[in-house]
Amino acid sequence: MDFNDTPQEAEFRADAADWLANNQLTDGDREGKTPLEIAKLWQQRKYDGGWACIGWDTEYGGRGASPIERVIWDQEESKYDVPSRFFVIGQGMIAPTLMVWAQPQHKENFLPKLASGEEIWCQLFSEPAGGSDLAALRTKAEKDGDEWVINGQKIWTSQAHYADYGIIVTRTDPTVAKHKGLTMFIVDMKAPGIDIKPIKQLTGESDFNEVYFTDVRIPDHYRLGDVGQGWTAALTTLMNERLAIGGGGPGADVKLALEIATLVEIDGKPAIEDSAVRAKIADFHVLEAGLEYNGYRAITALSRGELPGPENSIGKLVGAPKLQAVASFCMDLLEESGIVWSDGDLLTSLAQRSYMGAPGLRIAGGTDEIMTNIIAERVLGLPQDPRLDKGIPFNEVPTGN
Amino acid sequence: MNFEFSEEQLMLREQARGFLSQESPPSVTRSVLDGDTHFDANLWQKVAEMGWTATTIPEEYGGLGLGYYELAIIAEELGRSVAPIPFSSSVYLATEAIMAFGSSAQKNKWLPGLASGDVIGTLALSERSGRTTAENLSVTLENGGVSGTKTPVADGMIANIAVVACRGSAGHVQLALVDLAQDSVDRTTVTTLDPSRGHGKIIFTDTPAEVLGDGEVSWSALEALLDRAAVLMAWEQLGIADMALEQACDYAKQRFAFGRAIGSFQAIKHKLAGMYVKNSLARSNAYHGVWALASDSDSLQLAASTARVASTQASLFAAQENIQTHGGMGFTWEFDCQFYYRRAKMLSLALGSERHWQNRLVSALQESHANAA
Repeated sequence: MDFNDTPQEAEFRADAADWLANNQLTDGDREGKTPLEIAKLWQQRKYDGGWACIGWDTEYGGRGASPIERVIWDQEESKYDVPSRFFVIGQGMIAPTLMVWAQPQHKENFLPKLASGEEIWCQLFSEPAGGSDLAALRTKAEKDGDEWVINGQKIWTSQAHYADYGIIVTRTDPTVAKHKGLTMFIVDMKAPGIDIKPIKQLTGESDFNEVYFTDVRIPDHYRLGDVGQGWTAALTTLMNERLAIGGGGPGADVKLALEIATLVEIDGKPAIEDSAVRAKIADFHVLEAGLEYNGYRAITALSRGELPGPENSIGKLVGAPKLQAVASFCMDLLEESGIVWSDGDLLTSLAQRSYMGAPGLRIAGGTDEIMTNIIAERVLGLPQDPRLDKGIPFNEVPTGN
Repeated sequence: MNFEFSEEQLMLREQARGFLSQESPPSVTRSVLDGDTHFDANLWQKVAEMGWTATTIPEEYGGLGLGYYELAIIAEELGRSVAPIPFSSSVYLATEAIMAFGSSAQKNKWLPGLASGDVIGTLALSERSGRTTAENLSVTLENGGVSGTKTPVADGMIANIAVVACRGSAGHVQLALVDLAQDSVDRTTVTTLDPSRGHGKIIFTDTPAEVLGDGEVSWSALEALLDRAAVLMAWEQLGIADMALEQACDYAKQRFAFGRAIGSFQAIKHKLAGMYVKNSLARSNAYHGVWALASDSDSLQLAASTARVASTQASLFAAQENIQTHGGMGFTWEFDCQFYYRRAKMLSLALGSERHWQNRLVSALQESHANAA
């Protein structure tokens, strides 16, 4: 066991740090650009320098880096204020799915453009009647010659409003059990018949959408896996999703709580001297450090050739509620002014943004409850709940309103 | 970076688990709990023969000269088997104190016996309800004699020597090394909620003692010793937590109610998943803790207190919810659930409560943030 870099790792870190120092985004780079434009500029620069998606094979635009080198790169890159959130879905979840399931010409075509940030992708999985019970989805795909015709509706689709392509799970056979009648495709988001309606979230922002499909035509060579293999292909995406989104990125954390507790007072003394405050901060640190070292254990396992397993569900399951709890606690420390939204004040607005965003993180990519089921059933081996739809043809499964 | 034990260390784990499943099955813990001994002398003898008591002691003093990774592995396995032996007192505390503070004469005198298991040591710190501190420490060391009362002292009834926290004649803190086989040492059994690890009350009356090392030991040096022990204790607690989870899972798969295994009810499976999550985070924090201990890291205080708080929380939760999962049978004397419940609570108070370690954790965090700023 050694937490420090090996000589080779130290050399890799120095190379990465060196490149970042020489190529970081300047104020001039950012001027007059939208966040998406800035993100694309940075991604293209990394791609040109050989530092994009470094874990991918070189033929797809990566550099074949090891899992540990990926961690080192992320650590070094995170020292800079650079945008990344636009590429998490495409690079973290969809690209690994394409690598397993797409035809060779599509891998060659799409993966480098995913790596360079040239094309943005979205994931068309959830539906109004298929969220936690994803396999209950109803969007139809019917074969017509060399094409498939898609009709139905997707929901909660992040980035659909500016995505170039998506992957979509459809029902191709409603007469077999629900998991067996699904098929996955690549879909061109600019194709005729696609109608995208942004959803206004409780934060007031619109990060995701409803997407309607009316007689949208997809060529058969865009199919990912065999007809009826869509559930297996979707699991590839979902396993990578749990790795990719983890704790949900930057937000209220122990560092912020410590800073606020040092600034504000309780009964005339710095809040940090209050024992109840200290106990809470300690508990949050236990979660934060536990997740960090869990990640290092997972990376060590990956670098020994082990596959990522269902135990990686912990990252999101612990990270999202922790974010909500830390944010709420930080606001408590501020007493009544904790509710004041002050854009200019990093300390408070970070807590408030996290508080408002956290409910979404606890739901997106598998709710806390689904994650808990995954751990119970797939890690601990506990029996499944009895399922009333098990083995029944999908079109005979009872439905509500 | 490599955040995993080596092949050899993982082999040691397998060997230790096999050995303890043979030599320390639940019936061994139960017989100490049911009887009136303070430990299982036979098991202690066998564990000593395995060399476990000698793990980190240098070879020149009769030890094996291995590292803390090996000791952490053994600690976890002893936790899993709820072993009724004074390992933590003798190895993580007395041996470590003598190695950290002792003169070479003291090391020569005591370490070989501690290594072979012929000598059992303990640390006598607590004096009262509430935490014993540098401010309220009342046992004195004057003119080579220790006077006062220490209670409860873990394994105090069977220990041959004790490292006793004392106040010297100038008011400073000192550690005294006391041979307990003396007439001026009065020991009585303290009944605790974990009789499988006996405790005692020790009254010293001008008991001849040697000062450990060359005089004063600062309170912070004593706390650093407790940090080191806390990492190993965290591994032992982790063993308790994992066994309680395994027992609860096994039971939930076999026990049927309403026509189905109770483990298929989300009320039960979410409880067990919650145990798994706490145990996993505790394990990762314990990895970091033992790395910090083995590499003598500057971040040891933070790493140790984080591991300690995580393992305390995980082991208490797992032990409590294991009984709950078993329903009424879990509350019987006959079932083994009680072992984990008792030991988890006992270990969570040895070395200081959850609140104490939370406080120590935040002090370390404050310091690291101040240094970073």
